[in-house]
Amino acid sequence: MSEPILSTHGLVGGYGDFQALYGIDLHLNAGEVISLIGANGAGKSTFLKSIFGMLPVARDMVRYRGTPIGGTPTHELVKRGIAMVPEGRRLFLGMTVEENMRVAIDNAAIPESRGQWNRERLFDLFPILRDKRRQPVEALSGGQQQMVAISRALLCQPQVLLCDEISLGLAPKVIREIYAVLPDISAAGTAIVLVEQDVTLAQEATSRLYCLLEGRVTLTGNSRDLSREAIAAAYFGGSHAVA
Amino acid sequence: MQWLDAVIQGVLLGGMYAQYALGMALMFGVMRIVNIAHGDVMILLSLIAVSLAGVLPGGNLMLVIAIVPIAVLIGWALQKFVLNRVVGVDPLPSLIATFGLSIALQNLMLEVWSADTRSLPNSGIASASFQIGPIYVGLLPVIVLCTAIALTAGLDAVLRFTRFGRGLRAASADTDAAAMTGVNPRRIYATATAIAVGILGLAGIFAALRATVSPADGPAQLIYAFEAVIIGGMGSIWGAFLGAMVLGVAQAVGLRIDPGLGILFGHLVFLAVLATRPVGIMARKR
Ligand SMILES: Nc1ncnc2c1ncn2[C@@H]1O[C@H](COP(=O)(O)OP(=O)(O)OP(=O)(O)O)[C@@H](O)[C@H]1O
Ligand SMILES: [Mg+2]
Repeated sequence: MSEPILSTHGLVGGYGDFQALYGIDLHLNAGEVISLIGANGAGKSTFLKSIFGMLPVARDMVRYRGTPIGGTPTHELVKRGIAMVPEGRRLFLGMTVEENMRVAIDNAAIPESRGQWNRERLFDLFPILRDKRRQPVEALSGGQQQMVAISRALLCQPQVLLCDEISLGLAPKVIREIYAVLPDISAAGTAIVLVEQDVTLAQEATSRLYCLLEGRVTLTGNSRDLSREAIAAAYFGGSHAVA
Repeated sequence: MQWLDAVIQGVLLGGMYAQYALGMALMFGVMRIVNIAHGDVMILLSLIAVSLAGVLPGGNLMLVIAIVPIAVLIGWALQKFVLNRVVGVDPLPSLIATFGLSIALQNLMLEVWSADTRSLPNSGIASASFQIGPIYVGLLPVIVLCTAIALTAGLDAVLRFTRFGRGLRAASADTDAAAMTGVNPRRIYATATAIAVGILGLAGIFAALRATVSPADGPAQLIYAFEAVIIGGMGSIWGAFLGAMVLGVAQAVGLRIDPGLGILFGHLVFLAVLATRPVGIMARKR
């Protein structure tokens, strides 16, 4: 296999004096979909934020397309092809659906006309957004808001998409709807890191899986090969947890 | 007729307040940065204009051409070297930093220009007036009002329809999320403050043409600008304009009731609006 598009090397990090991550080694191949699972507080969001320039890390702890990028400002990483659907969606309130999308278009390194993603394509993927395009985002349901958050990230024309718990708080039917677009996204050549608390969902949607526990990787492997027991042990800790 | 005249004079005065308030609408209303030095920066620009007028040929137009770029530069530097270090969800650091800056600026101006009141030389427009029916209106206040309307319309359109405007609204709504969407929040904030202070440059020239300025005048202008933005509603540019009109009319009407009452009447109307509609007349939901 060729060099991974994104990798971390003994990544440590946290918030000020509080250390949340203790040496994470992870890699993501181009076009691949992997998941990162773990209980509340395991460090999943912290890990994504550390990759994405939102928390301080040493330069060579993160490599993207062969270059060390640790600590690069977030907005520059977006221009280089990394995007994120953040935990809690974080839409721009007071702005319409389309305006939220246009902020991404305005700042993408690749213009909408030449990129993999454009508004039309996203409206085909999420038809409800076409009807709601002129509505302020706070008038949308949680699932619809998540669709806007995903659309906004995709309009950055990313090669790597970091998704932080996109199923959180959504009805099962809406989760299916949203997960149904992941194959389309990876088929467009975008690799995905999916942070997910629902293990079954993570296993179904991804080829490989990393399990995080208290800031350490406790299990990794092909999603479909891992047994329930092994995952449970790695997820909750205990005697079976192996690094 | 006396009251109609008061309303017209109030609207014209409101035009001046609108020019003070627009920069505040951008910084406080949209970006949620509290700039206590707002009035002092304007007075500084007025005083620079007065000093430049003595040496610069070409009259008021030349003055505008010279002062606005200086103002833009001051705004950009203010954001880059002071405010960008203290921006965040908490408005307190920007308040404290600019409070210090306000005092420093007042002392600096006192040192350089002394406590005297100054104004720009009257080139004719300051005293020109025309008559509509029985009411006299000054030419300069009309120019000030028209400039305020043009600036308000322009700024509102920039915020609504341009890449910069969307980026600024995004960064103001959620700075981190804006960065995740490719916006460089610091750069966009520096540009916004440059625009806000650039407008103050124009306001400073008009203020020194209309009346006198002295180093201690800043805080009063700050209060008018704050009141206009809050009356109008946070985040709304036309709201700030409307708020300035309300303030101007209240002061002019108050002045007719009792010459000592004008400014107080403005503050009372501000408090009344705050009590009955705390989000402001044209508040935008955010
Ligand atoms: N802003 C913060 N400041 C200080 N500590 C934080 C902050 N955010 C998270 N932490 C701590 O860092 C650790 C990892 O948190 P993180 O948010 O990465 O967990 P997570 O795996 O994403 O959990 P969840 O599934 O609940 O989102 C936790 O112990 C948490 O308390
Ligand atoms: Mg999390």
